[in-house]
Amino acid sequence: MKEELIVSGRMNAKIDPVLHAWGWEISVYLFLGGLAAGLLFFAGVYYLLGKAKKYPTAVRKAPVLVPIILALGLFALFLDLHHKPYFWRLYTTVKLQSPMSWGAWTLMVVTPISMIWAAINIREWLPNWDWKFQWAKDIEKFFVGYKKHMAWLMVIFGVILGIYTGILLSAFNARPLWNTSILGPLFLTSGLSAGSALIMLISKSKKERKVFAQIDLILIGIELFFIVHMFMGFMASTQVQQEAAQLFLGGHLTAQFWIFVVVLGLLVPAALEIMELRKIHIPVLVPVALILFGSFMLRWLITYGGQLSRYLY
Amino acid sequence: MIRAQLLSLLIRVFSTAAGKSKYWLPIKPATDIALLLAWMNVLITEGWYDKEYVEQYTYGFEQLKKHVKTFTPEWAYGITTIKPDVIRKTAREMFNAAPAVIVHPGRHVTWYGDDTQRLRSVAILNALLGSWGRRGGFYIGEDKGIPDFPHPEYPKPTRDWRDAFPGKYQLADLALANGICDATIPAAGRDCSFKGWIVNGTNLIFTLPDMRNTLKAIESLDLMVVIDTMPMEITGYADVVLPECTYLERYDMVRTSKHREPTIALRAPAVEPKYDSKPGWWMAKELGHKLGLDEYFKYKDIKEVLDWQLKKVGSSLDEMKRIGVKKFDREDGGHLYFDKGEDLEFFTNTGKIELYSTALEAEGFDPMPKYTAHPEPPEGYYRLNYGRAPMHTFSRTANNPNLTDLMDENVVWVNPKVAKVWDLKTGQEVWLENQDGIVSTFPIKVRVTERIRWDSVYMVHGFGHKNEKLSRAHGKGASDSELITNVMVDPIMGGTGMRGNFVTFHVDKPEKGGLL
Amino acid sequence: MRYAMAVDTKKCVGCSDCVVACQTENDVSIGYCRDWVVEINHGTYPQLETEIRSERCNHCDNSPCVRCCPTGASHYSDGGTVLVTKNKCIGCSACIESCPYDARYTHPDGYVDKCTFCLHRVKKGMQPACVAVCPTKCMYFGDLDDPNSSVTKVLKIRNYKVLAPEAGTKPNIYFLI
Ligand code: SF4
Ligand code: SF4
Repeated sequence: MKEELIVSGRMNAKIDPVLHAWGWEISVYLFLGGLAAGLLFFAGVYYLLGKAKKYPTAVRKAPVLVPIILALGLFALFLDLHHKPYFWRLYTTVKLQSPMSWGAWTLMVVTPISMIWAAINIREWLPNWDWKFQWAKDIEKFFVGYKKHMAWLMVIFGVILGIYTGILLSAFNARPLWNTSILGPLFLTSGLSAGSALIMLISKSKKERKVFAQIDLILIGIELFFIVHMFMGFMASTQVQQEAAQLFLGGHLTAQFWIFVVVLGLLVPAALEIMELRKIHIPVLVPVALILFGSFMLRWLITYGGQLSRYLY
Repeated sequence: MIRAQLLSLLIRVFSTAAGKSKYWLPIKPATDIALLLAWMNVLITEGWYDKEYVEQYTYGFEQLKKHVKTFTPEWAYGITTIKPDVIRKTAREMFNAAPAVIVHPGRHVTWYGDDTQRLRSVAILNALLGSWGRRGGFYIGEDKGIPDFPHPEYPKPTRDWRDAFPGKYQLADLALANGICDATIPAAGRDCSFKGWIVNGTNLIFTLPDMRNTLKAIESLDLMVVIDTMPMEITGYADVVLPECTYLERYDMVRTSKHREPTIALRAPAVEPKYDSKPGWWMAKELGHKLGLDEYFKYKDIKEVLDWQLKKVGSSLDEMKRIGVKKFDREDGGHLYFDKGEDLEFFTNTGKIELYSTALEAEGFDPMPKYTAHPEPPEGYYRLNYGRAPMHTFSRTANNPNLTDLMDENVVWVNPKVAKVWDLKTGQEVWLENQDGIVSTFPIKVRVTERIRWDSVYMVHGFGHKNEKLSRAHGKGASDSELITNVMVDPIMGGTGMRGNFVTFHVDKPEKGGLL
Repeated sequence: MRYAMAVDTKKCVGCSDCVVACQTENDVSIGYCRDWVVEINHGTYPQLETEIRSERCNHCDNSPCVRCCPTGASHYSDGGTVLVTKNKCIGCSACIESCPYDARYTHPDGYVDKCTFCLHRVKKGMQPACVAVCPTKCMYFGDLDDPNSSVTKVLKIRNYKVLAPEAGTKPNIYFLI
């Protein structure tokens, strides 16, 4: 028997008996960040492909939600900060080695762009919207002229934001479960999938829905591939990573992971989407809700499980 | 340089010291004397003893040789479960190191009621190895005599605890731990019962074994005054409580104890006393005054006494406040060890180290140690071992905020095999019941660990406090004292052996309550 | 200058005096600690091995906590000590997640706190509080660049290990074994 204990009775809050410094706030932040990234990416891509007319939801309608989603995400992050009055310190330094800093600055770029994009497309939701003041109208007109540049920024920063939600975790060598570079692409894919699901939900056009269902199916396939790949990587790696993977391969998060993330979050919605494509009518809300739920659970379980995986003790 | 090596023995728990030892002999509890006798046997039959030393300083070697002849390692194996070759090897190891070897008696040594004989065995081994008074063995410590502040002669008490035990414990030089209780509880044919106690800084309810007896004695008292720094179980029974300030808030008498160099130490207040608490010396002086005994307290305060005493030994209160600790030269000019062949007289009838004790013989006891078998735990019961944690001082610090932060409850150590039988998990709460049907008042959490034998359990002493004023300690862990109802008193020196208690587990709260 | 500490696992008895010393010296609130004592038991009774270690921040040479801090609150200071500047810390817990030794915690006031090697004492020529109080004198603190420091000397003659070397943090607490 191997017995390990802290005889001095250490009980630092959120560190002992198991690390739990990051709770639901971070998972929510990562999920909403990924969702926003997905929406921005599709909006940018289809605009640049000149398909704004064909896919109005993706290009114009859905992105209006992005500033709200980002605000909610940032609010969750803010809740997680323990020394809130010093929040502004994030913006007094640029630290390239720090994913947190990276994220803060990425959001600094993404948020205003998404707000502008939302502003020029606001009539998608509120057809009678009037900017009232001439100067506001001038500004709108000014930005409409730069749509293409903004679309490029949205594609690039959408990808960065999506990957960042994974890198934030994977940069932590100390938590073996997080320490895999698959996490960036995996979270990006999951974010794109969540984005396409939301577009499907909002879209009124059958054709657009169908295209995004197809896209989503591909993304789900990629996600499954990444998940398998992730576990293969762990099993081929060091002991701490093998132990970390055990959490989901027989350990006590196994059921949650395979049921909530893989079955309910990926396989079932994929099946439903296939059925929909085969003209078996399914209420669109069902697969979309499952995908969003699975996407959140993926972040939550990885955030939570990662903190259980460790080098010592 | 002498290589220090730790041989950890006679410990039934895998202790911290054991973890740092070269050899650890996991002896079966209560069989220590058998092992000690077997070592004597090996040392003598193999000639692995200090012949000159034994010749010059000891008495009764031939008797001892005859006595231990049959106590071979093979004989001891059957009793102790320690393999004969291990006994031989460790004996050889001790002889190789001799005289730089110490067979250490340990602390808190009253276990099974034959403790005098066990400790004599330890002493005999040290004598055979010639380690007493030798470099690397036991050095001859020296202390600095501190003169008493002048006072009229104290009157002689007309009674003492011995009156409760006519003709017994003649060789005891301290009061029996619970002798004071026996001397208090009225009994037919015993012309001795104390009516009042002044209890100073000791929580007798927890510190004396057999709580039932202690409680009975307290009930028989007319007056009990308790002096303590914080509420304890005992203060709840007191007629009068005199709150004392803590050691950081008061002067105490000068500390002087035996060391390589005579050393004295001063305890001076670091902060002012809080609330209405007062130092012990002040209480004594004021009580003396009220009793009209001023002539015994002819000083203004303790500082005057300390300064007078310290000046007598060549220091002063001012100096000691500055330096805290002062070392002196030895009076005999550095005589830390015996000189080779030095003529010496020991404090015994024969003037020698008595391997064969004439004093014990005169009182009708065995002059040389013998092994006696002690009761073993009945089926389903486990020997209750107790000890101390390095962060706590007995039961006194259980409420200290910093120390409870380190350890706020005790746990009961259970071998994994036992845990399996009882289906116990680390962290699970259980109640303990002893052989006399006494149940622990509070539950205690289990720690499943290999550090304990399968026939024993272990817990740290000093937890399971009942006094609710102990806000951090109340109800935390269980009290070992409560479960120690079988006391095996050593007929020679009156030590209270407490290791003959056995406990079993209750997973659910039993009907019966505890003693507290 | 490279500050380091050596802890003798053969001497440590687990009394945790180092923990209380740190709490009182550094005003660490009750319920929290910057150093702690670990006990590890291997084997089956009676073939057992026990190791006791007093642990704290390793003041790593390659500190993930300094790297991941978005504000620069976590930084290197004199002799390679890793410190946190209270009023730069936003309490994002990134550094807590990054430390393989769980050496950091969130102070009740919100910022992240950890061992400082008692730099305020060291600058005055004193030993860190934990080292100073240890009743078994099992800890050695000093400058690895100074051949005469107690830590350099003891590392020369004793076997030692560091914790989780595979995490690549280059820790500066050495455990004598
Ligand atoms: S031990 Fe942890 S907190 Fe200390 S320097 Fe290393 S990584 Fe940072
Ligand atoms: S909690 Fe403070 S010190 Fe730690 S990474 Fe965040 S800002 Fe830096």
